[in-house]
Amino acid sequence: MTALTDDTLPVTPRAMRDEMIVFAVMALLLASVPFSGVYPFFVMQALCFALLACAFNLLIGYGGLLSFGHAMFLGTAGYCSAHALKVWALPPELGILVGVAGAFVLSIVTGYISIRRQGIYFSMITLALSQLLYFIYLQAPFTHGEDGIQGIPQGHMFGIFDLSKPTVLYYVVLVGFLAGFLLIYRIINSPFGEVLKSIRENEQRAISLGYRTDQYKFLAFVLSGTLAGFAGSLKVFVAQNASLTDVHWSMSGEVVLMTLVGGLGTIFGPVVGAFAIIAMQQYLASFGQWVTVIQGSIFVICVLTFRRGVVGEIAHYFRRSL
Amino acid sequence: MQALFAQLLVGLINGSFYALLSLGLAVIFGMLNIINFAHGALYMMGAFVAYFLLNNDYLSIGYWPALIVAPIVVGIFGMILERTMLQWLTGLDHLYGLLLTFGIALIVQGVFQNYFGSSGLPYAIPDQLKGGMNLGFMFLPVYRGWVVIFSLVVCIATWFLIEKTRLGAYLRAATENPTLVRAFGINVPRMITLTYGLGVGLAALAGVLSAPINQVRPLMGADLIIVVFAVVVIGGMGSIMGSIITGFALGVIEGLTKYFYPEASNTVVFVLMVLVLLVKPTGLTGRAA
Repeated sequence: MTALTDDTLPVTPRAMRDEMIVFAVMALLLASVPFSGVYPFFVMQALCFALLACAFNLLIGYGGLLSFGHAMFLGTAGYCSAHALKVWALPPELGILVGVAGAFVLSIVTGYISIRRQGIYFSMITLALSQLLYFIYLQAPFTHGEDGIQGIPQGHMFGIFDLSKPTVLYYVVLVGFLAGFLLIYRIINSPFGEVLKSIRENEQRAISLGYRTDQYKFLAFVLSGTLAGFAGSLKVFVAQNASLTDVHWSMSGEVVLMTLVGGLGTIFGPVVGAFAIIAMQQYLASFGQWVTVIQGSIFVICVLTFRRGVVGEIAHYFRRSL
Repeated sequence: MQALFAQLLVGLINGSFYALLSLGLAVIFGMLNIINFAHGALYMMGAFVAYFLLNNDYLSIGYWPALIVAPIVVGIFGMILERTMLQWLTGLDHLYGLLLTFGIALIVQGVFQNYFGSSGLPYAIPDQLKGGMNLGFMFLPVYRGWVVIFSLVVCIATWFLIEKTRLGAYLRAATENPTLVRAFGINVPRMITLTYGLGVGLAALAGVLSAPINQVRPLMGADLIIVVFAVVVIGGMGSIMGSIITGFALGVIEGLTKYFYPEASNTVVFVLMVLVLLVKPTGLTGRAA
């Protein structure tokens, strides 16, 4: 059985340098968006999904666990944040904290249940759990069912930054994204990340080396779910609503697609994939249902012809780690 | 009391769909090692093929021939899928099969949504099965009784085919050791293709059966498939009989929930899945993964 990412390169000083250069370029490009005339709302939305995809990639790309229900963290954190901001009238930073805490608790519960089975069973369990939550949110009073929570006040971050101004909001979202990204990067390159990779490559061997692989996978699941929740909380400020679409399982499918297109197990792949898919949805919106067909075709093409994804293929061609 | 039996019947009907679908999934998983995410879309295709056959001016084939023709048509479509796409995934991680079939499901559902919208199309109950019987304690619509009995027969026939016949023995042997079975002169790739066709045909058959009960619509399989996945997790994919029994049992439990506590009827299968996983992570009839 070949692993998901069959030719990852070892971490060398050169690889670290490459990655830092690409990170600096990415940060600069993103920071210059408000001066470039690009529609900032689109970039903010893409940044939220990029963070979600990065968090998802932490689980599949480095732990080999395909979660098909990651939308539940996005949606749960979104609902928690939205509720905290609108009903409890908390300031934005506390609103985000409530959302992240919600995703944290949810990931502990769902992780404890789903980590018990491996491979495709794990995927099916996460999918079923997210569908369970979908029905709960559909009926629960605080989510307002089909209407969702709307008209969320954006407020002042730390009492200083006025989030109703698009440029301020943009930089707050950008800082959130970069912080999340660096945290994930740090996790991947830590001893914990190395153990995770060894579990992905050969779980039996990792067990025989004395690692309690279930604990590592559980921790990776909680980290991934919590960070996905952070993306969901940020998204509330961008979209100013929290709705059922964020919890529905088709959203989980989109996250998988983003990561697959960009490259499973690459550091920058999910970001590229998220931007590609969001741009596609933005510009192909007039095609209506054909967008689903196009997304499905991309899935099929990716799996059949370029499993490494865009960034993965580039990295493979230049023999670099990206 | 009437309502309780009515819900029990609804549960049995849903259970027969769960059983037929998870049975097909189990057959495909056994041979191809793929969780067929496209199963729901192919179930929907079965219903649509029956709808076409009935409403096309030149064909206007009714329910009875459709019961045979639709599974064959969709089965052939499935075999083409297997030959052109799925077979390239042999030896890769399971997850790629899941992702590929998910993509196929999106394409199929998207195409149907484009041509038929998202609303349902009606399919009339065939004349011979109209009406109902008064059993004294409840009123039994004939068609619903027919669905339960017919799918039970199909399930048992499939079980018999795989567990008791020579062909089934080849199949099970090829699952265990394809290379060795090949050395005995059996065309394993063709068997794999036919198996996929069989599994897909079972899904399409469920689609035709469901057409007169549930309306024919492009997303009819999309949400059902997730429940079926939960059924599979609960039952474990260890045995054919296991998926049949689990399918029917969960349908009945769902029906009972609808009577006693309707709010939980959408979620009861998932809640059961959680409980089973906490007590017995391998599922009720499953072997250790």
